[in-house]
Amino acid sequence: MSALKSSEVKVLKKKREFTPKKIAIMASAYLIAWFFVYPYINMLMTSLKPHGELYTAPTHHVPIHWKFTNYIEVWKHAPIAGFLKSSLIVSICATILVLLVSIPAAYYVARNRFRGRGFFLLLVLATQMFSPTALIIGIFREVKFFHGLNGYPALIVVNAGFNLAFAVWLLSGFFASVPVEIEEAAMVDGCSKFKALTKITLPVALPGIVTAVIFTFVSTWNEFTVALTVMSSLPKEPISVGITTFIGEYDVAWEYLFATTTIAIIPVVILFISIEKYLVGGLTAGSVK
Amino acid sequence: MTITVATARKHRKKNSLISALPWIGPAVALILLVVIWPAIELVKISFTKISLAGALGGFNGLQNFRDLFANPNLSVIALRTVIWVFLVVFLTVIISLPIAQLINQKFPGRKFVRWAMIVPWAASVVMTSIIWKWILDLSSGELNLTLTQLGIIHDDVDWLHDPRFSFYVLVFVAVFVSIPFTSFVLLAGLQSIPADLSEAASVDGATPWQIYRRIKFPLLRNSLAIATIINLINVFNSFPIIWAMTHGGPGYDTDTTTTFAYKMAFIEYNMGPSTALGAVNFFFILIIVGIYLRVTRAARIEA
Repeated sequence: MSALKSSEVKVLKKKREFTPKKIAIMASAYLIAWFFVYPYINMLMTSLKPHGELYTAPTHHVPIHWKFTNYIEVWKHAPIAGFLKSSLIVSICATILVLLVSIPAAYYVARNRFRGRGFFLLLVLATQMFSPTALIIGIFREVKFFHGLNGYPALIVVNAGFNLAFAVWLLSGFFASVPVEIEEAAMVDGCSKFKALTKITLPVALPGIVTAVIFTFVSTWNEFTVALTVMSSLPKEPISVGITTFIGEYDVAWEYLFATTTIAIIPVVILFISIEKYLVGGLTAGSVK
Repeated sequence: MTITVATARKHRKKNSLISALPWIGPAVALILLVVIWPAIELVKISFTKISLAGALGGFNGLQNFRDLFANPNLSVIALRTVIWVFLVVFLTVIISLPIAQLINQKFPGRKFVRWAMIVPWAASVVMTSIIWKWILDLSSGELNLTLTQLGIIHDDVDWLHDPRFSFYVLVFVAVFVSIPFTSFVLLAGLQSIPADLSEAASVDGATPWQIYRRIKFPLLRNSLAIATIINLINVFNSFPIIWAMTHGGPGYDTDTTTTFAYKMAFIEYNMGPSTALGAVNFFFILIIVGIYLRVTRAARIEA
C-alpha cells in the first residue's frame, strides 16, 4: 500500500517537472496560440484608439490614449443597432427552424429502419458539403421568384437549410445513445409516445441540442455570401454585410469598424468555445471515429 | 454513427417510407427548397438565353458556355483557382498535422491554447479578412511597421495591391482561417488512438518519430482524408476572404472561378457566361462531394 503511494507521489512529481522537452512544447504552443488570437488583439487595440492615432507614424501596438468612448460613438456613426437586430432575428429564427425540422428527423432515423433511410442520410450528408456560395446564382433567382429579396424569410430559410445536416447527424447520434428500452418502459408505465420523447429522450440529448443551437446560430450570424446577395437595403443588412459599409473610398473609420466587429465576434467566440467538445463530431458527420 | 445503425438493426421490421414522412418530411422539404431547387435552377439557366437584366429567353444550347470559354480571362483564372485550392489545402494540412500533435500533449494551459485556436474558427471570415487587411495596410498596418523596426524592409510594401504579393496574402489568410478546424479534426483522430498502442511500441524501443510515422499517422488516415476533402470544398468555394480583401482585383488578378462567376453575375451583369461558370463550378463540387460520400461510407463500414 505504502509502496503504491510512493510511486504515485513519484508520478505526481514527474508531472510537475519542467523538462526541456516540456518547455519546448509549452513555448511553441503558446506562440501558436498568440498567433491565432493576434489579429483579434490588434482589432481590439485599434478599436480603442482615437482616430488621429491610427494614421500617425510610427504606429503603436497599444493606444497612447485609450478611447473607450468609441464603443458609444459607434452606435451614432453607423446603423449598427439595425445590423445587430437583423442578425439576431435571422440567426434566432434559423436556429428555431433547424430544431423544429431536425429533431423529429434525427429521432426517427435513430430509432427506425425504413425504406429510403440510407438515401435520406446520403442526401443530408451531401447538403452539408454544399455551401450556398456554389449555388448562389440559383439561390438568388429562387428568392427573386418568391419575391423574397430584401426580406428576412429567405435568409432564414436558406441558412436553416444549410445548417440542417449538422443538427440531424449530431442529434441522431445522441438519440441513438438512449436505449429504446427506457422509452418503452416509460410507455408501459402509461406515458404517451410523445411524453416519453419529451420527458426521457430529449433531456439526454440536451447537450446535442445545445450544440446544434449554438452551431446554427453562429454560422448564420457569420454567413456572408447569401446575405450580401439577397439583402441590398441598408438598415436590414445583417452585421456580416453591414460592416462593409464602414469601408469608404478613401477614409475608413477603422476604430468604429473594429469596435463593431469586436461586439460581433466576442459573443460567438464564447459560444463556440462552450461547445468545443462536440463540434468536430457534428461537422465530420460521424466519419471520424 | 455506428450506434445509430446498430440500434436501428435491432428493429427487424422495416417501416415504409410513408410512415417515415411525418418525421423526415420537413427536413426533405427544406433540402429540396434550399439545395435542390437552386441547383436545378442553376443548371437549367446555364442552357437558357438570359438577358442582361436576368429575363429568360428560350433554350440556348451551349451558347452560354461558348461565351464563357471565349472570355480571355478565363484560362488564367481557372489556372489560378487550381493553384489556390491546392496551395491552401496543402499548407493547411501540413501545418495542422504538427499543431494537432502539439495540442494533444499534456502541458499547463493547454485548455487556453485550444480556446485560442477556436477564435478564428468562430469569428466571421469576412471580419477576420478585414482585420488582416488592416494589419497589412500600406502605411498604418502593423506588419510594415514591425518589419521596418526589425530592419527587414526599408520601404513599405503594398501587400494587397502589389501583384507580386496580393495572391499569396490571400493564400495566407485562407490558411489562417482553415487551420483551426483542420487541427481539431486531426486532434479528434489522435484522441481516438488508444494510448497503449504507442506505449507498447515505446517499450519495444521505438523512437517518438517512429511511433508517429508507423502507428499514429496510418491511424490518422481517415481523419486526414475527411479534413482534406472538407477543406477542398471550402477553399474552392471561398468567397468572403477574396471579396473582403481584394474583390478579386486589381482587375481580375486575384479572382478564382467562384469570385469571377459572382462578379460577372452581380457586378458586371454578364449573366449568360456567369451561369455557365456557376454550373461548371457546381459540377466540380459534385465530384468532390461524391468522393467525400465514398470515403465516409468506407470509414463507416470499417468502423
